[in-house]
Amino acid sequence: MPEKYHIHVRPTPSRYPSVGKTTVLDWGEGCLRCTRCVKETCPYNAFRQRDFDDRSLSDTIDTYCKNCLRCVQGCPRELVVKAANPQYRRLGDDYWTPAVIQSTWLQAETGKIPVSGAGYGGPFAGPGFDSIWTDMSEIVRPTRDGIHGREYISTAIDLGRKPLFLVFDAQGRLTFEPPPQVDIPLPVLLAEPPFSAGPELVREALAAAARSLKTLALVNRGNLTPELTAAAEHLAPSFPTGRVDPEDPLLSRVRVVELTDHDGVLAQVEALKRRYPGLVTMIKVPADERAAARLSELAHAGAEVIHLFADHHARGFLQAQDRHLKDLIRAAHLKLVEDHLRDTVTLLASGGIALAEHVAKAIICGADGVIVDLPLLLALECRLCRACQRGGECPVAMDSLDPRRGAQRQVNLMGAWNNQLLEVLGAMGLREVRRLRGEVGRAMFVEELQREIFAPLFSRPGPEGQRREGE
Amino acid sequence: MELALNIDPEAWGPGPWTPVRTPCRFKNPLSKWRVWRNEAKCIQCGTCVEVCPYGVHTRAGKFIRKPLSYLCLGPACEKNDFYCVRRCPTQALSLRLHPVYTTLGDYRWTADLLLSTWWMAEFGTLPYADLEYRTGNSGGGFDKLRFFFPPQPKDLKLRHEDISLELPLNRRHDGRPQVVLSVPWYSAGMSFGSVSINTILSRVRAATRFNTLLSTGEGGYPEELYPYDDHVVTQVATGLFGVREDTIQRVRMVEFKYAQGAKPGLGGHLLGDKVTPAVARMRESVPGSALFSPFPFHSVYSVEDHKKHLDWIKEVNPRALVSVKVSTPTDVDMVAVGSYYAGAHVVQLDGSYGGTGAAPDIAKKNIAMPIEFAIPKVHQFLVQEGIRDQVTLIASGGIRTAYDVAKAIALGADGCQVGTAEMVALECIRCYQCESGRGCVRGIATTDPELVELMTVDWGTRRVCNLYHAWSWQLKEILRRFGMRSIRELVGRTDTLVHLDYYNLPVDDDIRRGT
Repeated sequence: MPEKYHIHVRPTPSRYPSVGKTTVLDWGEGCLRCTRCVKETCPYNAFRQRDFDDRSLSDTIDTYCKNCLRCVQGCPRELVVKAANPQYRRLGDDYWTPAVIQSTWLQAETGKIPVSGAGYGGPFAGPGFDSIWTDMSEIVRPTRDGIHGREYISTAIDLGRKPLFLVFDAQGRLTFEPPPQVDIPLPVLLAEPPFSAGPELVREALAAAARSLKTLALVNRGNLTPELTAAAEHLAPSFPTGRVDPEDPLLSRVRVVELTDHDGVLAQVEALKRRYPGLVTMIKVPADERAAARLSELAHAGAEVIHLFADHHARGFLQAQDRHLKDLIRAAHLKLVEDHLRDTVTLLASGGIALAEHVAKAIICGADGVIVDLPLLLALECRLCRACQRGGECPVAMDSLDPRRGAQRQVNLMGAWNNQLLEVLGAMGLREVRRLRGEVGRAMFVEELQREIFAPLFSRPGPEGQRREGE
Repeated sequence: MELALNIDPEAWGPGPWTPVRTPCRFKNPLSKWRVWRNEAKCIQCGTCVEVCPYGVHTRAGKFIRKPLSYLCLGPACEKNDFYCVRRCPTQALSLRLHPVYTTLGDYRWTADLLLSTWWMAEFGTLPYADLEYRTGNSGGGFDKLRFFFPPQPKDLKLRHEDISLELPLNRRHDGRPQVVLSVPWYSAGMSFGSVSINTILSRVRAATRFNTLLSTGEGGYPEELYPYDDHVVTQVATGLFGVREDTIQRVRMVEFKYAQGAKPGLGGHLLGDKVTPAVARMRESVPGSALFSPFPFHSVYSVEDHKKHLDWIKEVNPRALVSVKVSTPTDVDMVAVGSYYAGAHVVQLDGSYGGTGAAPDIAKKNIAMPIEFAIPKVHQFLVQEGIRDQVTLIASGGIRTAYDVAKAIALGADGCQVGTAEMVALECIRCYQCESGRGCVRGIATTDPELVELMTVDWGTRRVCNLYHAWSWQLKEILRRFGMRSIRELVGRTDTLVHLDYYNLPVDDDIRRGT
């Protein structure tokens, strides 16, 4: 059994108060100034924890308030009212929702799995990853208890080309050198975000987080300063332009490089492999309508790792722009299975991986692992306002970030994600994440359930006289 | 007129219930609309008190009290000549949407569902104001199913008194006693520890009055429940907390909890703060130490092991029925059949959107399927196996309203287990903080001595009984519209429903309207 992987989380408070969901409004006029103000008797002491006078009537937007409404319901003159915080609603967009952002902030701060009471209050199902439910085991199949440490569940994956069989000579020796593999203990690679204020500090945090997590930080070669490359083991330089200088001294010190797909990419890979046989090469392929065929072609030609990327809303490109990443992964995975190539190549997916459940679901759809970027930026308190892209000022002053604290928050987030992955695997009774790959039989897809269960019941013409339409 | 409920528990038994108005415990009831009186303009003339037939405006001596906004019809009242805002001679009154309304609730329990459930718990009737009381806004499942009532009831003479809601639980004919519930639902397991003793007592007293059952959850069998033994289901779950031979022998039904819908595949977790000395005594544990229930039963890895479990209970209590509570994995139909062959009388499916005192968000949202899919899947499979008429199929996990109960039954269940709806009747607002610190600050899901005092058993009993009353009326009215004399006739009748994804004409199943 390999050494147990442990992520060292440590509470790391936010630098700026988080954006609360609701705000307290106050009809100041008519206040009795009664001695037992509902604000003083707040069961969460929210008003006392704030930086201002607890009788103050303004600016009470934060997350101390848990919306129990005791103040609203207790005020003798009905002067205290809660209302939705417009600032909260404006956070992010329809994919990176305020709820996703706030949950990410919380995990980055505490390193803990989000836990709450009452049942799930969200929509029945949704598009994309929200259309999948994962399986669980009961009675006849044992589950695994990974989360409380009583059973070991491995979340490790390996990156690299895998031979489908081994060949031995008469002396029992391997007749060929097996291709290099890079093991990472969690199925997540970190990537630098496409935008941010203070990008150098963000990259420094990212590299430190990757070291601590023993995974890889994917950073554009052009952005890698000598300071960052001092410890190169957990860096994976990316060459987006399609040009690689084979003399680049960094290449002999890293384990993985990423090349963007183009016509000559295979020749490039071959040249690199000749010179650096121990290097694992990853080819970055856009998730467009040709992706499945292209992946098969690359795998056939000997590609080691393929990175299938979608946009930040998990949508594909060109004619696949209306398809979700989960479907594009499934199509690519199936194509590789049909062509008997699936086990030769490592498939990583990225684009719109926003929550821990997306990791599990992307793997269920057929990826070996995922690459995340924006959640790591959110871990640094980013509000996704994109002011930095417009040359504006960052509301959380990312350009004065302490990279060590930043890295700890990213480690916290990944620690919480890894524990959530363990919950999902444990509930299914799986002992390692490799077994989850492509296991669509251990998942439930809303469109399939709808087709198998509801359609036969409800999409039928009714008896005479009753008007039923649809289908 | 208030019923004297503070009577000897021994004398509290099944019987009819007449709703008793039981208002909100807090000073300001929440509402959709806000009627606001500008005290500076008000001349205390009392016109509003005289005109409003809904009791929004009342007098205390010569002063006029704060308006009771939750009784107001809202802007729909504008067309009435008693519209107070217009009648006020000094324009002191205004009416607008209450800002709190926009912050209340979620997709499943919308603000309207919360407010209408509170209404039912206060009055025992459906709200007259414009509140949606049937469905939430989750965009699927129950929220997309509608009853398709015939234009005219088939049997015009059918009256509510002629309609039966009875649910027999033992359909195995195995010589064990029959247990017949008077309503097709019973109370879901919530342990002492996760909720207060006042909450448990309120619920068990309502269950007793309506001749149904309450599951103890996994937290032992508090002595306060002894007078209600015949209406208690004791739960045996993976931690075996508080399970003794004596507790199993007290009851008419024992529930084996294999999994819980809110956290399928994961064990229970009671945070240390909630393990007070009383809770610890009950569970034979240490005060202040968090308690974990393992997952799964480590003594059950096959249907044979499962049967051994049920045989054990049947041996300890020869008169008990056995219920098996499972969650909804891909093979939920096989699990249900296995439970039947192991000897279960009741198979309870707990769907993935069920309630909990504490669970990881990832589990609540993502693991296992919603109950709306699981019910027809299991029902049809049991029919094919030829054993449907020997199993009582109970659905739970997201049953919020009387309509959800009726829809679950029409999809193929025999009855339901409800939990959150009762919490809402006790004024839960779904703030999701049951697990934090001292627990529920509204005094429902807590064992904190000070917070527990926020609610009395009398108040709680009346609220839950009122809710049950309103639900019974709705179920009977739904059955009456279909000309059915018994809830048993509705089981599996998916033809009474339409699904809005497959049906695109307007359909209105509001029983406040029409015949």
